[in-house]
Amino acid sequence: MYRIAQKRVLNEQVTLMKIEAPYIAAKVDAGQFIIFRVDEKGERVPLTVADADKEAGTITIIFQSVGGSTRKLAALNEGDSILDVVGPLGVATEYEKDIKRVAVVGGGVGCAIAYPQAKKLHNMGVYVDLIAGFRSKDIVIIEDEMREACNELHICTDDGSYGYHGFVTNKLQELIDGGAKYDEVIAIGPVPMMKFICKVTEPYEIKTLVSLNPIMVDGTGMCGGCRVTVDGKLKYACVDGPDFDGHKVDFDELMRRNGTYKEQEKAHVCNLTGEVRGNG
Amino acid sequence: MANMQPTKTPVKEQEPKVRARNFKEVTLGYTPEEAMNEAARCLKCKTPMCKTGCPVSVRIPEFLDKVAAGEFEEAYTIIKSTNSLPAVTGRVCPQERQCESKCVRGIKGEPVAIGRLERFCADYVRENGSSKKADKPVSNGHKVAVVGAGPSGLTCAGDLAKLGYDVTIFEAFHTAGGVLMYGIPEFRLPKAIVQNEIDGLKNLGVDIETNMVIGKVLSIDELLDRGYEAIFVGSGAGLPRFMGIEGEGLVGVYSANEYLTRINLMKAYLEDYDTPIKKSRSVAVCGGGNVAMDAARSAMRLGAEHVYIVYRRSLDEMPARKEEVNHAMEEGIEFLVLNNPVKIDGDENGNVKGMTCIKMQLGEADESGRRSSVPVEGSEYELDVDTVIMAIGTSPNPLIRSTTPGLEANKRGCLVVDEESMKTSKEGIYAGGDAVTGAATVILAMGAGKKAAAHIDEYIKQKNN
Repeated sequence: MYRIAQKRVLNEQVTLMKIEAPYIAAKVDAGQFIIFRVDEKGERVPLTVADADKEAGTITIIFQSVGGSTRKLAALNEGDSILDVVGPLGVATEYEKDIKRVAVVGGGVGCAIAYPQAKKLHNMGVYVDLIAGFRSKDIVIIEDEMREACNELHICTDDGSYGYHGFVTNKLQELIDGGAKYDEVIAIGPVPMMKFICKVTEPYEIKTLVSLNPIMVDGTGMCGGCRVTVDGKLKYACVDGPDFDGHKVDFDELMRRNGTYKEQEKAHVCNLTGEVRGNG
Repeated sequence: MANMQPTKTPVKEQEPKVRARNFKEVTLGYTPEEAMNEAARCLKCKTPMCKTGCPVSVRIPEFLDKVAAGEFEEAYTIIKSTNSLPAVTGRVCPQERQCESKCVRGIKGEPVAIGRLERFCADYVRENGSSKKADKPVSNGHKVAVVGAGPSGLTCAGDLAKLGYDVTIFEAFHTAGGVLMYGIPEFRLPKAIVQNEIDGLKNLGVDIETNMVIGKVLSIDELLDRGYEAIFVGSGAGLPRFMGIEGEGLVGVYSANEYLTRINLMKAYLEDYDTPIKKSRSVAVCGGGNVAMDAARSAMRLGAEHVYIVYRRSLDEMPARKEEVNHAMEEGIEFLVLNNPVKIDGDENGNVKGMTCIKMQLGEADESGRRSSVPVEGSEYELDVDTVIMAIGTSPNPLIRSTTPGLEANKRGCLVVDEESMKTSKEGIYAGGDAVTGAATVILAMGAGKKAAAHIDEYIKQKNN
């Protein structure tokens, strides 16, 4: 059993939890994920780790409660326990060498995992522009944490209720047009957002890393559910990823495959990205 | 005087039509009377060949003798002395290629039903036997780690625990059992039986740590640093293979591993579990092994109208256990042998809407001794399916070899071991099961675990002398 050490409701849909998992806390690095299972009848749900505290032996997860399992998880409180947490899974993010300036782009609850990337790069001395997109002001999360993890924070809202009025793609384009020279862009969020960020960066040949979120069962290189096509080749997000070169990813296939159980789970939306998908 | 009945004593089974729509066990097993009758068919050969066909050398004639005499607990004790999971192997071993293939009764009739009798003994003792638990062996103070709680790991752990070692099994999944839990379906191997075997190991003092992905949360070297004097790696099958044909990224294409894991481990067939699985109308399963049979029969039980086995060679070359092929046929699985998939066809939304196949014919024998198959030009046709399951094998899991310096693997990614001792290229590390052989059988994995346990014992004793 894994105890919930801390719970913070970030907005109506999004919850932050610190979970006691000392082995994972000691090892996890930015870009890696865990799989949790709330109880015996629950699904195995992958979630990228937002933060870890080695001393306290806790990991931080931030999730949107929209699927069966995440709703169950969000209903729990500090001191409660969940049945299973396994990790750290996947390969930690590997950055380009000698990078000076990076744009980290997060979409919605995807900002929860864009944040550790920004934090790590910022600590490495890289100049970080963090572009965080939300539908509207009332669902903005972890603004203070993000501000501390970057040089420039650009919050964007679709409806203009806070920060920049427009999509993260528009903001990134403006920054590039304004003369920002990025050695790398890291995009984490809904699949369409990652796809269109890649379209923005492609003409400038800026290496663009995306963190993929396919359907997954075991997460350890056994089931093959998380296969994605990258550069025309079969890759497994759990052991080869979850980070891939965004200019080579077949995003359309990923979107279709993530919709496998759409009919069965009409009300079931991905806890990471707000998309409909099988896990969560 | 032996019972000279030429054929095996029949065993009761669920009716094909009924069982094809439920997940309950297909074969119901012998009654004590049937078991005694069948065991009496053994001729008690002076040089019993059956035993030589068994990867764990079960003392077959001795246990058959006890069964014939109605001494079932004694028979079980004999089996258990060399086979740590008889309730499992009695159900899933390919007996027709092992013990039973060597039985003299098979020359002029059917061999003795050794598998059914093994199962009978294990079931009888579990249900009726004295409930006395095996005494926990006295600890010898030496620690051994086992990576993976599948057939090879469980066997290795059990044998070492009996010798007094403090054994910890590290399992990546939330449940121990490996392929016995996630792969082989309930209707062939009830999970309560697997759990019972695992509980037996725990009673011997084996500690099982679930949710521990070795190679990620702890490396092999870190385990050595924690005082484990030897490590057995039985990390099992890894990434599923795909054919590399067009359309494998369509919605409705599964690997058999994913399909079976959703059903068996994650209980997608039970209403009260959250796991989703596609409700298929017509399913093609590509492959001819046990995993293909399991996937096909599971798809039928989930309600498909048509389930096809698409296999490029003929029935004679099919690697699946004969009983599974027969059961699948009885249940209405349609066998398209000498057929090979060419591409999977999708609709405008990226869902599977059919599979193009080509007819094959048998050619020369290949390096495996099986006759190869070659396409019949111009014989392509469209199979009407909405789901395709690929059951064409796996490659070993990469997590341990990629994080353990000094651990040698071959070009297919299988760990390289000395076949006698199961020792790897790294001192103190042993390996067995699918991690070494690529996809193989439960009993071969158990045989490897057993061999490794004996050599680990020898290694630790020598080291401490």
